[in-house]
Amino acid sequence: MTSILLAVAFLAGIGLLLAALLILAERKILNYGPCKISINDGARELEVQGGASLLSGLAQNEIFVPSACGGRGSCAYCKVRVLEGGGPVGPVETPYLSPKELEENVRLSCQVKVRNDLLIAIPGELFAAKRYTGVLERKRPLTYDIVELRIRLQEPDGMDFLAGQYVQLESEPYKGRDAVMRAYSVSSAPSDRNHIELIIRRVPDGIMTTWVFDYLKEGQTVHFSGPYGEFRLSETDAPIVFIAGGSGMAPIYSILKDMKEKGIRRKAVYFFGALTQKDLFFIDDLKKLEEEHPWFAFVPALSSEPEGSDWKGKRGLITQIVKEALAEASTHEAYLCGSPGMIDACIKVLTEGNMPEEHIYYDKFT
Amino acid sequence: MDLPDYFAEYETSKTGIAMEPLQQFGPFVSILLIFISAAFTDNILLARFLGMCSCLGVSKNVDTSVGLGLAVIFVTACTAALNYLVYRHLLVPLGLEYLRLITFIMVIAAFVQLIEMVIERLSLTLYYALGIFLPLITVNCAILGVCLFMLNKPYGFVQTFFFGLGSGCGWFLAITIIGGIREKIDESGLPKGLVGPGITLIIIGIMSLAFVGFSGMIRI
Repeated sequence: MTSILLAVAFLAGIGLLLAALLILAERKILNYGPCKISINDGARELEVQGGASLLSGLAQNEIFVPSACGGRGSCAYCKVRVLEGGGPVGPVETPYLSPKELEENVRLSCQVKVRNDLLIAIPGELFAAKRYTGVLERKRPLTYDIVELRIRLQEPDGMDFLAGQYVQLESEPYKGRDAVMRAYSVSSAPSDRNHIELIIRRVPDGIMTTWVFDYLKEGQTVHFSGPYGEFRLSETDAPIVFIAGGSGMAPIYSILKDMKEKGIRRKAVYFFGALTQKDLFFIDDLKKLEEEHPWFAFVPALSSEPEGSDWKGKRGLITQIVKEALAEASTHEAYLCGSPGMIDACIKVLTEGNMPEEHIYYDKFT
Repeated sequence: MDLPDYFAEYETSKTGIAMEPLQQFGPFVSILLIFISAAFTDNILLARFLGMCSCLGVSKNVDTSVGLGLAVIFVTACTAALNYLVYRHLLVPLGLEYLRLITFIMVIAAFVQLIEMVIERLSLTLYYALGIFLPLITVNCAILGVCLFMLNKPYGFVQTFFFGLGSGCGWFLAITIIGGIREKIDESGLPKGLVGPGITLIIIGIMSLAFVGFSGMIRI
């Protein structure tokens, strides 16, 4: 009996001793104390407790750097420039950073641990990004796999954003899936600052879209942060080419409504690519816009519509249609939104039409 | 429960023979002999086949092999000495020698974690270079092996430390050579079925044949 007790006591004792030693060591060795973070040449100074990631340190101070993966280092949204004090680039980050970004000290803020005072640079718009709480006012299907969400903002009750920007929607945990954040462009006009609308396409087995399609109900509270993104109309007078398919419509729809409201009368043509007629949405609205406004032309094109159907519009891949319609594009500006494959193909076609690459703005789905 | 005192039993039955050659030499020479025998004649990887899984996983090239090898040297030497103290001054007086396995594992794990913290604080470059290797060491059986083997030897504290150091160096030497050979072999065409662990095991087998040549050189 005593030997059993002795053994148990010994093991417990040595376990406790080692654990205490490790806790003490962590306090002593990994204690970095309070650290200062200076942002954009001192535009803002923060003080955070050292040891946590830069991303969470910024979030604690209400600076919401976009992040879709929740700090695991797999989405590469949370890039910021760490000018001083970031230490060597970690193995998790390297695959996501291009040689140019490495040169500019771009880092993944979720992988940078705050160990000393930092000097960082972030896009100024991130200061304006906040976390919002809203209520889902309407959820309506646009096609068989695309829904539109209309969210009324409650806290804060209004958001100022530019047409083309996106927000990070937060899902709730369900059926063993964790809460995640995903980026969606706002499709409503900035003039209605109490509401945002999002266009979401179902991704088979997607954590977020399954939640949106199967779990999210009208009247439910939703959280998101924003606005983010550089995708917006430039301030030139160049004629515009919009190219987008599926849910890539969102930022362009917002820009078009904004142009209409603000009286911007630049020439614009919108190439909307889809597979078949059942993938089309907002067609009537866009056709109406085309009829009412001489500056706007709408070109929907279907690539897989069955031969001999009642479709009267263009047929073929969107790149083909753009190529035919726009042989010479050197004075145009292009705004693309869609999958990386579609965007790369379109950039190729546009540059072949002599469009300078700096006139091509795009928003890639990742 | 009355358990046999393994240590005492060992001292009477076998150490008489084992200690003999060592006692002829002074303390420095005996330490040198212990070191050399642990590194070469009793090479932990090639003669005892311990630490094989991390060796197979990490020996893809020389750089990573050296990184892990250095970490193993350090941890083996330190944990052998630490566990020696724990065994001699805690387990033996309390009559709890039969708990040595779990105790050693706990000490090794805690030590590795401590080292990880120290390295993170002192040199981030080294911390990233070692990456996953450092925590891997916790479950490297070569290290536990060294701690258990030392019990069968009549060593003092300093001798145990050098026994651990020698074993670590032997492991380092073996994995670095294997890493070098694998780097070379990558350039040459291999039959498909042999790529990866297959050819590595063959390399290790041939190398351990070479290390058999050392056996009998020193007996301690």
